Amino acid sequence: MSGHYLSIIIFLPLVGAILLAFLPKLGARAVKLIAAAFTIVPFFISATLFFMFDKAAGGFQFVEMVEDWIPFIHVDYFLGVDGLSLTMVVLTTLLGFLAVLISWKIDLRVREYFAWLLVLETGILGVFCALDLILFFLFWEVELLPMYLLISIWGSGRREYSAIKFVIYTILGSALMLAGILLLYFTAGTFDMTQLHLAGVTPALTIIFFLILFGFAVKLPVFPVHTWLPDAHTDAPTAVSVILAGILIKMGGYGMIRICVSMFPDVALAYAPLLAALAVVNVLYGAAVTLRQTDLKRLIAYSSISHMGYVMLGIFCLSELSLTGATLQMFSHGIITGLLFAMCGLVMEKTHRRLIPTLGGLARRMPVIVAVFSVAGLAALGLPGTSGFAAEFIVFLGSFSSGTFRFVEVYTILGVLGIVITAGYILWMLQRVFFGPPKEEDEHVEDADRLEMVPIFALVAVIMLIGIYPAILTDIIKTGIAPILG
Amino acid sequence: MNLYQLSPELSLCFFAIVVILLDLFIKRKRLLAALSVIGLIISTIFTITLWGEQATAFNRMLVVDEFSLLFKLIFLGVACLIILSSVDYVSRIARYQGEYLALVLLSAVGMMLMAGTGELISIYVALELTGICLYVLAGFLKDPKSSEAGLKYLLLGAVASAVLLYGMAMVFGLTGTTHLGEIASAMPSDGILSSPALLIGVVLLVAGFGFKIACVPFQMWVPDVYEGAPTPVTAYLSVASKAAGFAVILRVFYEALGPLSLDWSVIFAVLAAISMTIGNVVAIAQTNIKRMLGYSSIAQAGYLMMGLATITALGQSGLVFFLVAYAFTNMGAFIAVIAISNKVNSDLISDYTGMARRAPLLALGLTLCLVSLTGIPPTAGFMAKVYIFSAAMQYQLVWLVVIAVINTVVSAYYYLRVVKVMYTGAPASEERVPSSGALRLALSIACLGVLAIGILPGPLLQIAEVAMSALIGVFP
Repeated sequence: MSGHYLSIIIFLPLVGAILLAFLPKLGARAVKLIAAAFTIVPFFISATLFFMFDKAAGGFQFVEMVEDWIPFIHVDYFLGVDGLSLTMVVLTTLLGFLAVLISWKIDLRVREYFAWLLVLETGILGVFCALDLILFFLFWEVELLPMYLLISIWGSGRREYSAIKFVIYTILGSALMLAGILLLYFTAGTFDMTQLHLAGVTPALTIIFFLILFGFAVKLPVFPVHTWLPDAHTDAPTAVSVILAGILIKMGGYGMIRICVSMFPDVALAYAPLLAALAVVNVLYGAAVTLRQTDLKRLIAYSSISHMGYVMLGIFCLSELSLTGATLQMFSHGIITGLLFAMCGLVMEKTHRRLIPTLGGLARRMPVIVAVFSVAGLAALGLPGTSGFAAEFIVFLGSFSSGTFRFVEVYTILGVLGIVITAGYILWMLQRVFFGPPKEEDEHVEDADRLEMVPIFALVAVIMLIGIYPAILTDIIKTGIAPILG
Repeated sequence: MNLYQLSPELSLCFFAIVVILLDLFIKRKRLLAALSVIGLIISTIFTITLWGEQATAFNRMLVVDEFSLLFKLIFLGVACLIILSSVDYVSRIARYQGEYLALVLLSAVGMMLMAGTGELISIYVALELTGICLYVLAGFLKDPKSSEAGLKYLLLGAVASAVLLYGMAMVFGLTGTTHLGEIASAMPSDGILSSPALLIGVVLLVAGFGFKIACVPFQMWVPDVYEGAPTPVTAYLSVASKAAGFAVILRVFYEALGPLSLDWSVIFAVLAAISMTIGNVVAIAQTNIKRMLGYSSIAQAGYLMMGLATITALGQSGLVFFLVAYAFTNMGAFIAVIAISNKVNSDLISDYTGMARRAPLLALGLTLCLVSLTGIPPTAGFMAKVYIFSAAMQYQLVWLVVIAVINTVVSAYYYLRVVKVMYTGAPASEERVPSSGALRLALSIACLGVLAIGILPGPLLQIAEVAMSALIGVFP
């Protein structure tokens, strides 16, 4: 199947950004409409691809290849998606569009804001579509500058500190990853991600594996290199938090599956117990720290760390079911946490507060926000009927039954404990923020308006859809996962 | 026929003299700048027509091959950008514009000869021609800082020249010839350690050339000279002069000392690691953007030397590629700095606050160049780093690559700090920063170059490969 669908999806937002940067005389409204147009079209194309994808054939489809883009080290412009990456692409285009809607009320330097947001989307989409390691890395780095500026200009709190912290962590991870990728090239002789399968556990392969893994671990994030995340998420503007939590950190999980597990199956197997243990630490430590948070946004941020632990657990239990679960969890967490951050943003916008002790009794004043926030919260703690349940259930089922290494069941059971803590902090948070006696100063607080309802109800619908019928995604994810495990 | 081989240099010399003479009669000094640019373009055309030739002239003193021609094009291009971006700046030195332009042209001639000679004495002469022009240019503003810069550069430059000459004398004494090709055949076959005198000679050569490329530990002149010199001259020093240094190093070390490559590559690997680390770490503490870019250029010299440490085709063409990418990037950054400092009359990074409001396009251009210096795609700097790092990796210099990537992280901090200052914070005044058409043209050429190389590196890689194979063809 040919046609440059993927290039179009990737570069449309960039074209939009260039238009925004250079078109003379644009009103704020025109800027927002352009941004919306250049994100909704990629979403429709990716949704079309999702249905055009040939599940029976599997493998990489919609492939595009320009050979010898960088000669002498044989880097190609090589794009393609399989079940795994297509899922991520759809998630990205969906959240990319919703992020534009969520930012509709931005009034500070509107043009620049949307231009950077669109550049960011291009970078992330490129990561999920690239099949050449250097191209992958190139897109991986594109996200840095937009994210840095988005946090440091439009953020809140200690935004400049958070922004530079994010950049330094990320660039350290990606610098080591680049070393790993180059080392890999001179070991295996190609950057073609579809060709690279290195069997065996040698010292060289182990070094490469961990160099590359480090880059993904920073992004996911994995304890102990997670500390950039709460700062960046908390201080970023709402829509950027949605993108950060919704898709950006998924690049880490995606990379672990696509590169670490798929290219180094034996090394991954050898170190699976260690990495699964780290994952369990992530789950429990993240959840425990979340309990203690008093800042609404920071609470959601820390919960992401805990939830990404499930992803990592699923990945390094290395069974088809657990990897499918991990991918579904990435998608599900993307929409749930995206929604949670959007709701946080709404609460902050309406009440101008986000410290939990200063909030309370909002339920009467903003019924829609409360209802949606509760749905998102319940989905985050894995209530059956929501995507959170489907994803976490498959992860645990997959890891418990994987038998990949000894005592994998124990790891799983410890991981399940995370859900209990999650239920604790989510319900406690909902209770403190929304219930109890209403506060006087909230007398004139308004509920979400129509425009704000569009993105949040869209996300609720997706959460429900996946919760009720997960096969819509798992069928396609499986076609991507099966060949990885051979 | 020999004169034809020398046509790029001769034509440029001619124009330099014409500029000085016309300066006496012409009131509208902008015409002189236009004339200089025309001279550079004519010289460029001569250079391009020579492309593809493999010849020597004047008793093998002049070598015309793709390697020297590529470097000549780099110098011509950089000199052209410098003159375009000086148009605003030279109003400060109204009386001496003719001299200024002529000195820029003459130093370009010197650099072109540096890249195009195959013989030690002519290298030295060309180096001095360049150096003397640059000493004068560095002190051109005549204020205390500029004078200090000029004097410091002159004194340290003289010491470096002496060291270099001493090294050349050692090599000549041991081999009996100053011709690079003949030196190579007189090299000992059992490594450098068998001949202590040669070892000293090579070390002195490294020190002398190290001054030119401003690598640690021969960098002490950089911050003061970069800060004090007129900004266009600083740009010139950091790009063209450095590139000329690398051209000579490549020529001398590959052609004359090629048989000892395993020995000197270690020296360069160690110097590379030290340069990039010290340059980047010290740059963090800088508050003056010219000093910061000075230290950054020391760090960049470190990355470039990774290419010298890598004795493979990939490393050498990577070095040339990196140089071209660096030339565009650093020029772009300095051009933006020239425009901004013209207006705000300060080089302090804190005075760049809110510059994105006052000069959106300048700020965008400077951001692009700083991003490229950091090595973030889709810019030339990223491609250059990928290329040179992969060369070093191929040569098994894993330790050096790890140091280099960690340095990249460190450098992101101070490069992006400037971006942050420009885009966040309220500007000191709402007044727009003006820039002349010539400067905007120069900046857009530099930025387009940065993007073009970053997105389509193929053609430049091929040229770099051709250039280096012309040079390497001399030794196995």
